[in-house]
Amino acid sequence: MTAVSDPSQLSDLIAEATDTRVNLDFESEGMTLNMGPQHPATHGTLRIVAKLDGEQVISAEPICGYMHRGYEKIVEVRTYPQVNALINRIDWLGSFANEVPFILAAEKLMGVEAPPRAQWIRTILFEMSRVANISLFLGDFGLQLGGMTAGFYAFRDREHVLNMIESATGGRFHPNFDRIGGLKDDLPKGWIADSHVAMDKLLAFCDEMEDLLVGNEIFQSRTRGIGVIPADIALNYGLSGANLRASGIDWDLRRDGCPPGLVYDQADWKVWTHPDGDCFARTWVRLQETREAAKIVKQLLDTIPAGPVMAKVPRIIKVPEGEAYVATENPLGEMGYYIASKGDLVPFRVKIRSASFNNISILPWVARGAYVPDLISILGSLYFILGDIDR
Amino acid sequence: MRTWLSAGRVNQLSSTDTATDSAAENEAVVETDAAREAVLAELTERLGAAVLGSYIRPGDDLWVRVERSAWRDAAEAAKSMGFTFFDYVSAIDWLPSPFGRDMDAQEDLVVSGAEPKAPAPIVQGYAGGDTRFQVIARLYNIATAKGIHFKADVPDDDLSLPTWSGVFAGANWHERETREMFGITFDGHPNLINMYLPTDFQGFPLRKDFPLLARRVRPWPGIVDVEPMPGVADSEEGEAE
Amino acid sequence: MTPLLASFDPPYWLSTVIKVLVVGAVVPTTALILGVVFLFKIMSWMQSRLGPQEAGPRGLLQLLADGVKFIQKEDIAPNGADLWVFKAAPLVVLSSTLLLYVALPASAHLVVEDLDVGVFYVLAISSLSVIGVLMAGWASANKYSLMGALRAAGQLIAYELPMVLAVIGVVIQAGTMSLNGIVFAQNGGAVFGWTGIGNPYILTQFIGFFIFIAAVQAELTQPPFDMPVAESEIVSGYQVEYTGFRFLIFFLAEFATAFVFAGIAAVMFLGGWAVPWLEASSDWYYVLGPAVLFAKVMLVSFIIFWVRFTYPRLREDQLQSFAWKFLIPLALVNIVATAVLKVVF
Repeated sequence: MTAVSDPSQLSDLIAEATDTRVNLDFESEGMTLNMGPQHPATHGTLRIVAKLDGEQVISAEPICGYMHRGYEKIVEVRTYPQVNALINRIDWLGSFANEVPFILAAEKLMGVEAPPRAQWIRTILFEMSRVANISLFLGDFGLQLGGMTAGFYAFRDREHVLNMIESATGGRFHPNFDRIGGLKDDLPKGWIADSHVAMDKLLAFCDEMEDLLVGNEIFQSRTRGIGVIPADIALNYGLSGANLRASGIDWDLRRDGCPPGLVYDQADWKVWTHPDGDCFARTWVRLQETREAAKIVKQLLDTIPAGPVMAKVPRIIKVPEGEAYVATENPLGEMGYYIASKGDLVPFRVKIRSASFNNISILPWVARGAYVPDLISILGSLYFILGDIDR
Repeated sequence: MRTWLSAGRVNQLSSTDTATDSAAENEAVVETDAAREAVLAELTERLGAAVLGSYIRPGDDLWVRVERSAWRDAAEAAKSMGFTFFDYVSAIDWLPSPFGRDMDAQEDLVVSGAEPKAPAPIVQGYAGGDTRFQVIARLYNIATAKGIHFKADVPDDDLSLPTWSGVFAGANWHERETREMFGITFDGHPNLINMYLPTDFQGFPLRKDFPLLARRVRPWPGIVDVEPMPGVADSEEGEAE
Repeated sequence: MTPLLASFDPPYWLSTVIKVLVVGAVVPTTALILGVVFLFKIMSWMQSRLGPQEAGPRGLLQLLADGVKFIQKEDIAPNGADLWVFKAAPLVVLSSTLLLYVALPASAHLVVEDLDVGVFYVLAISSLSVIGVLMAGWASANKYSLMGALRAAGQLIAYELPMVLAVIGVVIQAGTMSLNGIVFAQNGGAVFGWTGIGNPYILTQFIGFFIFIAAVQAELTQPPFDMPVAESEIVSGYQVEYTGFRFLIFFLAEFATAFVFAGIAAVMFLGGWAVPWLEASSDWYYVLGPAVLFAKVMLVSFIIFWVRFTYPRLREDQLQSFAWKFLIPLALVNIVATAVLKVVF
């Protein structure tokens, strides 16, 4: 049983869904271009079927699901620590950030609060994952637009942050460090001083990116005025993160809806917005956010309290019955977990609200009338991770 | 000094705060209560008898259960009340899984001679419910930093609901995913094709009676014996049993 | 040396054979040198990475290894491809490159054919490659190729004009269209009466130099003008269906063309194979000429490739408006100014 009952329409859909070969058939109303699952411009296996009229896009339909792993089904048979290990892999560039909302939601239902030292370190690692994620965006966006040097610089400077994350958690990409009630371990010796150095290097990197990319006239002509998203449309689609702030909406979950368990109010930092809502605005906001995140890390590093990193929780975690939703300001946007628990070892239902799903749902609206190169600019500036869309 | 807002019993081992101001905490809790109560009251005023149930966790969140026919009206009412940020639309299947937790090793069951369990009753969550399937949605009010969860019962014999895509354009993709995962159709949706699964996929994966094929193919091997780290007390987290 | 070579007067067929062999040997060599030095070493240095290190000492023979790899690959063509056109397209592009080397002088006598209308010949022959690009894009039976080829056609034709107009200033100053004649004019010229460094035309034709380099960048479809082969969008554009030996031909053609255009820029703006303090008719130039030209070509190529690695790419319409609305008016102004000043001074 499928939702489409008309057989000719169904056969059309099947043909289009399975049409992985690009073939030269000229239809009367424009050419169908398939930017297939394998393409350098899409961060992963996203497929966009674009109807073109010459170089102009009539419609662009993203087709996801090439990386669907069925998270919401498999976590129904996993204990909470096992779920924690899995959800690292949703947004794999800022992986620590994926664990935090889930852990906070479970802690809310259990009534457990992590000790202050753990909360500090959680916030520091969260911001570090933001820096790691968005510094890659800056380089990668330049790469997509043709300035390949920016990409290499980003990878090189990102290593500093990843080294710091690895020395604390043991994993560069998938830390799996957060636990219900605190953290797995305390920090290694000398980590605070090394992190200061790493953050300074990242601040220098941001300055370099500003010169190399944002200040470049060609970059500006490729991104200014392209892909403008007005504020009310952004809210309607549920855009979040830098995409929302680049449309002029002053909304940041770290400041406005911060869940208990993260200590953003202990640092002095600023929320950056931009009124334009175009690709340039999104890039600019992300650049400033990276700087701000590095500054937050530096401030929090200086004020970490002493104490244990783990509260007293039972050895076998059984979360009491109830429902909770916690959302945090992840690098990609707002990520939230809705946990419905029946008092068991495993969660009953987990709904993962991932940021990129909403961010990319706006693509058909934004892409109308854009050129093919602009499609690349828009996709790049909306910034998604495939694991986040497909879960 | 920070006031820690928590859901219930708070376990604080050590803190930077030398004096916890419990009076202020209770006051803060009561205040937010009032704000959410006001939202609930206004919603009830606009929707009338369509509001079937509600639940407020003080200082945290608000759940409202509305009648199926008033699903779209609820969205419009909330949107005009300032809840303009669209978060998500999904569904919950309250049937306890007939496959159990899939965590017990098959060998252990055979050896210990476990009896087949009686099917557990369907118990819904916050704001109540009458049916197995419930559609849940969340909206956010940016100005007041408050969110609201909407729930609606969907009867088993008529798995359909009015669509939200006319009110919130972002609901388009979410409703597509909900349909392919649960089988709930949304009347008025322009394009209910599959989101993640191939077009000719049979079945609805997120339903509880749809088996997790990985565990059918290869059963859970049971407890993996993990030795604790040398010299560490048993306050460490262990593998689940 | 001169009497020896003066008596070396081979019959026509022998000199033709020698010339063909010379061109055939020089073209891959120059492409190789440019590729290794700039594409691998300089690019890696600018991008703070090491580059290939395995093949040969410090990775210098990597391109040679790549060439061997390309040659031994299977010869495949896409299913719906127009086979004859598909196979002929790289050869058309390569032929225009080979013909360009005919006019490039390495010394007063070390030139394959000392044409009186050298400049005209060079500019005309370089437009042949557009046909090859269009053939490649159409015959590949691939929408990406077609888009790349159409973009390329528009771009290459658009940037022919600034290139032509830029060199007209040089021709006005030198009074001749022969490339060797231009070198002699620069070598023997004077800057306000001071003959110390001759008269390299870059001093007076700096606008022309800038326009010429920009146009060369576009003719080679390199960033910031590489829309036809936009790597992250249409994935090599018109070259996407070419593998193995055919791709090697495209690659060779691109880098050899870069070398020869840099050579022509060196000849026209930097004084070519002559150094200012040595008379152009000296015999030293049999050895010194190629070396001097090579050094100047490396310098110009450095500029071309430096821009390539740094800038993002312009969109197709921005690219066209850059050519038509900025470069061409600028070039026309340059011509007028040169003509006026030439008469006045």
